[in-house]
Amino acid sequence: MHKDPSASITHKESWGTYHMLTLNTPEIATLAAPGQFIMVRTSLLHQPLLRRPFSIHAVSGTELIIFFQSVGVGTRLLSLTNRGQALDILGPLGRGFDLSGDLKGLQAALVGGGRGIAPLFFLANELRKMGADVRIFYGGNSEEDLVLRERFASAGFAPDCSTEDGSYGYHGLVTDLVIKDTREAYAPDRLYACGPDGMLQAVGELAHGLSIPAELSLESIMGCGFGACWGCVHKIRKDGEEAWRKICEEGPVFLAEDVVWRGEDR
Amino acid sequence: MTDLSVDLGFCVLKNPVIAASGTFGYGLEFQPFLDLNLLGGFVVKGLYYDPRPGNPPPRLFETAGGLINAIGLQGIGVERFAEEVLPKLQGLEAAVIINVCGDHEEEYAMVVDHLNGLEGITAYELNISCPNVKQGGRCPAMDPDATFRIVKEVKKISRRPLITKLTPNAVDITGVAVSAQEAGSDALSLVNTFLALAVDAESRRPALANVLGGLSGPAIKPLALRMVYQVAARVSIPVIGMGGITSGTDAAEFLIAGASAVQVGTANFVDPQATLNIISELEDYGRRHNIEKITELIGTLKI
Ligand SMILES: Cc1cc2nc3c(=O)[nH]c(=O)nc-3n(C[C@H](O)[C@H](O)[C@H](O)COP(=O)(O)OP(=O)(O)OC[C@H]3O[C@@H](n4cnc5c(N)ncnc54)[C@H](O)[C@@H]3O)c2cc1C
Ligand SMILES: Cc1cc2nc3c(=O)[nH]c(=O)nc-3n(C[C@H](O)[C@H](O)[C@H](O)COP(=O)(O)O)c2cc1C
Ligand code: FES
Repeated sequence: MHKDPSASITHKESWGTYHMLTLNTPEIATLAAPGQFIMVRTSLLHQPLLRRPFSIHAVSGTELIIFFQSVGVGTRLLSLTNRGQALDILGPLGRGFDLSGDLKGLQAALVGGGRGIAPLFFLANELRKMGADVRIFYGGNSEEDLVLRERFASAGFAPDCSTEDGSYGYHGLVTDLVIKDTREAYAPDRLYACGPDGMLQAVGELAHGLSIPAELSLESIMGCGFGACWGCVHKIRKDGEEAWRKICEEGPVFLAEDVVWRGEDR
Repeated sequence: MTDLSVDLGFCVLKNPVIAASGTFGYGLEFQPFLDLNLLGGFVVKGLYYDPRPGNPPPRLFETAGGLINAIGLQGIGVERFAEEVLPKLQGLEAAVIINVCGDHEEEYAMVVDHLNGLEGITAYELNISCPNVKQGGRCPAMDPDATFRIVKEVKKISRRPLITKLTPNAVDITGVAVSAQEAGSDALSLVNTFLALAVDAESRRPALANVLGGLSGPAIKPLALRMVYQVAARVSIPVIGMGGITSGTDAAEFLIAGASAVQVGTANFVDPQATLNIISELEDYGRRHNIEKITELIGTLKI
């Protein structure tokens, strides 16, 4: 866990409301693991006051990439930054995906919804390095949300796409696309997902139905990102006990079977 | 160089900057970012006798220059704190202050009683002012009599100095302050968060699951300064001021208004090294104003 007050932006790319920033931040980049995130200060004034969390999208040498959608004040300010500017960041934070053990030949299905695709690029690359067979399922509301299609394809992970309005790929929810494929011939050993809560819950149910594990990357408003405010909790089952646990510290990645969704909790 | 040390009567702090309760975890969370020994002190997260589950999320909402929280004092309880955390806080130069909570008057005394026999604690801060646990944000520090009773009870058994933490939600905070002093409190800290509401107009629902929360951060600074100024004028025990401090100048403002030391809360989330920056900015301030001892500033507002 480091603070880098001056991670300089070395590259920027934008597609509509989606943006990608490459940051030079040696200490943080070299420690980063898939599923971990950074906290970015989007303003040096008091508005927005708190840092904003972003998954680590990719790492290369001393550089780290974030991929984000502009949805409010903080992300909008960040979308207006330019090459050469420096950002104040903390990272790498949280516990990422489980890459322990022998993953050779593992059939890994990575499911990303909208901006939730962000951490899956880093994960896909690491899984492949460890010998896993990676498939990417990439969903959005419409074609404009699937801006990373080519980036994945040129890295050798041509994604299976879906859109809710049917403008590109499978017409429907990305989880329905995964379900359809598993009914046909696809037999994944493990699911990995990042996206809206509804999608994560559906991935968890699918994994349960297939009797395979799923790892879900959860989101929450975060006050600090490093375990100090207790503001980012989700109900998690651990050792048979349900409790509000900190997403920033024990997560953001949790096993689907441990995540208690609203309505399910007592 | 300006001497930053301050004497609170019951302990000397190497500088007047203390990290505020609930914004500094148990201290340990900040060790990757700073050396705890550089601080005047820190107050650990509010501690009840038993573990507490806390409120359901969403627990945080950001507003203009501020943060509304309704954490609900989730915590590990005094036994686990004593076994797992306190041993790691031994031998520090910084003052280690325990934020003591209770659902009822006896619980405060139970927490203090349990901690009394343990080493490595400088003082207790009585949190009779959290707005996030009772319906409608009520707390003992809204009432001078309830404040008097709790402080008196705890003072009887405490083998350590007591700091009473006041709420800005009291009708007359100076009356509550005087009560705490009369009951034997060794110092006062103020302010805790302002009872607040955030509304989501799209859904017409409250933004926080707990409905009400407590507002902190730069947004509250002028209100907090006013209260520190008024309270410091009425009591003779030291006042520890807080509310929206993010810079050395902010800290100096509280000292000038009458505080003997300050606490830094929300700023720790924005920057885990905020306390260190504030200390070095206070040093700069002292240098620029040729101040030999930072205590020369206390209560020097020129009216
Ligand atoms: C661990 C983690 C990793 C994330 N990674 C990415 C990423 O790689 N790319 C990306 O685009 N986004 C990511 N997010 C979400 C991103 O942090 C939020 O979109 C961002 O904080 C919104 O800030 P804002 O100031 O633009 O929005 P605000 O103006 O604060 O709010 C706009 C909307 O976004 C919601 N929101 C605010 N903060 C969060 C938050 N922390 N999480 C989810 N929703 C929020 C609000 O409820 C509101 O509806 C991640 C969140 C977490 C917790
Ligand atoms: C997330 C959060 C949790 C808090 N928890 C506590 C607590 O456990 N006990 C307490 O006395 N005050 C608590 N407070 C109040 C702070 O200690 C402080 O009084 C208040 O935030 C004002 O200071 P600030 O504006 O610098 O944050 C909490 C504040 C925040 C933001
Ligand atoms: S964001 Fe502060 S504890 Fe998780």
